[in-house]
Amino acid sequence: MSMVTSFRPRTRRNVELVLLLLAITIVLVAYLNVGLAIGGQFPPDLILYGFGLLVLSVGFHLVLRWRASYADPLMLPIATLLNGLGLVMIHRLDLAYDRTGSRLLAPKQLIWSTLAVLLAAGVIIVLRDHRQLRRFTFTAMALGLGMLLLPLVPGLGRNINGSRIWIGIGPLSFQPGEVAKILLVIFFAGYLVQTRDALSLVGSRFLGIGLPRAKDLGPILLAWLASVGVLVFEKDLGSSLMFFGVFVAMLYVATERRSWIAIGMLLFCAGSYIAYLSFGHVQTRVLLWLHPFSEEAIATSDQLVRGLMGMAKGGLLGSGLGRGHPEITYFPESDFIFPSFGEEIGLIGLFALLMLYVLLVERGLRTALGVRDGFGKLLAVGLSFSMALQCFVVVGGVTRVIPLTGLTMPFLSYGGSSLLANWSLVALLLRISDQARRPLPDAEELATASEAHTQVVRIQ
Amino acid sequence: MNKPIRRLSFVVALLFSALLISTTWIQFVTAKDLDNRPGNRRTLLESYSRERGAILVNGTPIAKSVPVKDDLKYVRVYPSGKLYSQVTGYYSFTYGAGGGLEGAEDSLLSGKSDKLFYRRVLDMVTGKVPSGASLELTVNPEAQQAADSALGRQRGAVVALDPRTGAILAMVSHPQYDPTTLSGHNLDSVAKAWTKLNAAPGRPAVNRAIAGDLYPPGSTFKLVTAAAALSSGKFTEQSLIPGAASLDLPQSNKPLPTDDRQPCGPGDKTTLTHALEISCNTAFGWLGMHLGADALRAQAAKFGFGDALRVPMRVTASQVPAQLNAAQSAQAAIGQYDVRVTPLQMAMVSAGIANKGIVMSPYLVKDTRNSDLDIIDQSKPEQLSQAISPDVAAALTRMMVNVVQSGTGTPAQIPGIQVAGKTGTAQHIEDGPPHAWFTAFAPADDPKIAVAVVIENGGDAGNEATGGKVAAPIARQVIEAVLNP
Repeated sequence: MSMVTSFRPRTRRNVELVLLLLAITIVLVAYLNVGLAIGGQFPPDLILYGFGLLVLSVGFHLVLRWRASYADPLMLPIATLLNGLGLVMIHRLDLAYDRTGSRLLAPKQLIWSTLAVLLAAGVIIVLRDHRQLRRFTFTAMALGLGMLLLPLVPGLGRNINGSRIWIGIGPLSFQPGEVAKILLVIFFAGYLVQTRDALSLVGSRFLGIGLPRAKDLGPILLAWLASVGVLVFEKDLGSSLMFFGVFVAMLYVATERRSWIAIGMLLFCAGSYIAYLSFGHVQTRVLLWLHPFSEEAIATSDQLVRGLMGMAKGGLLGSGLGRGHPEITYFPESDFIFPSFGEEIGLIGLFALLMLYVLLVERGLRTALGVRDGFGKLLAVGLSFSMALQCFVVVGGVTRVIPLTGLTMPFLSYGGSSLLANWSLVALLLRISDQARRPLPDAEELATASEAHTQVVRIQ
Repeated sequence: MNKPIRRLSFVVALLFSALLISTTWIQFVTAKDLDNRPGNRRTLLESYSRERGAILVNGTPIAKSVPVKDDLKYVRVYPSGKLYSQVTGYYSFTYGAGGGLEGAEDSLLSGKSDKLFYRRVLDMVTGKVPSGASLELTVNPEAQQAADSALGRQRGAVVALDPRTGAILAMVSHPQYDPTTLSGHNLDSVAKAWTKLNAAPGRPAVNRAIAGDLYPPGSTFKLVTAAAALSSGKFTEQSLIPGAASLDLPQSNKPLPTDDRQPCGPGDKTTLTHALEISCNTAFGWLGMHLGADALRAQAAKFGFGDALRVPMRVTASQVPAQLNAAQSAQAAIGQYDVRVTPLQMAMVSAGIANKGIVMSPYLVKDTRNSDLDIIDQSKPEQLSQAISPDVAAALTRMMVNVVQSGTGTPAQIPGIQVAGKTGTAQHIEDGPPHAWFTAFAPADDPKIAVAVVIENGGDAGNEATGGKVAAPIARQVIEAVLNP
């Protein structure tokens, strides 16, 4: 355990405001760009949207000033920018498909974004200290596992795009995995902070690596079974990889034992291989991944191929927003929103998008470094790393790094559950970062004594 | 717990690096392969959504892309209808680009050509939608129109050249078709038009001027024979050569007669000039045997026979057959026996004589222009060959002027302008109507236009057709259109 001392950090709320305005400007320019490229005219609702976006995000900014004034200044602008760009792309696809009335997706996404921001603000207001969550460790586990298994309930679960990770009630559909992600991270953090001492004991040594005791293997085996279950029954490698990966990463951070990573990777590879041998749908996924252009694969699905061709057409600079043909790919506003962007803003644009995610994740990990309590550290690590893994699974899926899965890109993709979950996730990270950067009551004296710069964190 | 967190942030960096690499691999390294994969709908849409360059004659488009409100964004239209059908060719979603400049210069028109690389980079930087280059043609619209009207309903072709440069002033092939019927976006009606075009009698899709079935040149080939004779140094325009009513051919029991079965001159002798004036078969047949097949073939090659030219459309090479015996040489010398030509080739023979013996490479595209109509590439006239010496050219010119003044070519006379020409009447099927030929240039002392006309199967005149009667008036009208606009 390390000790952290901060020296009168500034709140950086003004930086956040400036970045927020920049993010909104970028979104509005992108919206204008689409309007000009497709309609050839100034989109008349630009001012309305701009105003709405401004009210919403500046409102959230004010909530932060009020309730979490030391929160990380980069997270909100990044989330706003990604959310806004996703809206622009969904709007652009509405135009491409000539959608009207209730079939328009962008207004729905806008409503979900509003609700998600309100929920996030609610989290900031209600949750005064993230340590309160520790009390709900096992409630979170029960709810999380329930959510994870919900799509398997007959009559409730829905197969969409080959994966069974959706539930549907009437016209509404929901990806419970997104919410389960947060709940399970809360559970992992609460559980691991209690058991980390036992789990970090070394049993025997093998090749210079200290292996854990056999009786401590229970939790990781359980998590592994759950993830294999997701892979086999929900047919989704992405969710499976994400949950198990987050668990192993948090286990490693809690115990500081690299052997957990080795054991985790071995288990995951073995599980995946057995699933590949045993189940036809896994084999299909692998075929589509390794040989997407083969006749056999095309006969099954040319979705990946269409996405790849879209990205290739985008090339270095892209066609420009509104000038490509992302509508040729299936699910261009959800699973394949990344190739849609690739086609229109090019490789350079994609790099920028990926960098925004990297920045968001690294700010989360930076928060984990800064926060003082073990639960907070584990929570911040889990939340940040889950977002990193989700990006990897989604983008890796459409760019053939790993087999394609049905997860959505945080903030960018169309989908209410995804937006609600990811805005809540950012709210939690903001809450923890406020704790991490808030000076200790006795820090005043120390600050005057040394000439330290702001935001210096000394780790011993 | 901070050390593993730092390590974990390194893992995050690795994960995202993998994504940066994979996206780079797709969008940069292998992008071109993916673009060129069959069934890539985006590539298809792209080639149609880009504004294709126009084809211009004197700044007026004869083929242009106009915006439409459908997936393909632009539709190709041909404002002049049928007039330029074999020059422009067609541009069809289903059947591709072909039949003329649309096919031959597709990469320039579509903007894919490497010649436009700098332009493309500039467009990319300035954010302009890339568009194809436009082509300004050498065609003289009056000459084209005159040739088209003069041909009327007759099957055949007219080619006119500027003898000084090789610029093509007119290129008409009848029958024609309307390429707009193939470029529409209603794929059903396009398919119908395509079927109709390919089933139509007279094969309108063929450009008879350069790439149809080759024609026997008939007596117009006597110009080549005369050029070979004069170039040999053994003959002058006034040399007396045998010109009886019929010429006995070795290894053949069928003698070669003159057209009117009369001797060509007193004492069965004639001067070379007179032989050309009345198109004396026996005199030229005798010359062919006397000079030999090799000399004829060599002279023809100097005028461009055997060259597969591009104007930029591919031109079928005209030919003098190899391996001729004496009798066949005699027939070849008067343009029979498997001597086969394009109308363009016969225009080049006239143009070579007109241009002091120098044959210029024919070309159709004067310059290439970008979307703002700034010139980005200009064609420079190129010499193809020195076919004959200036002296021989001058002698041939006098002989051809004589043909129009007092010989078979009198219908080509134009008041105030000296026209030099040669008729041809090619009997290609026994007792059927002949192909009527005329090739000429004018003014004889300062040539500005060389022209060749062929009318298939006698045209409207049928069995009565001769080159002088049927083809010469058409050549005259084209010449007039250029010289007296």
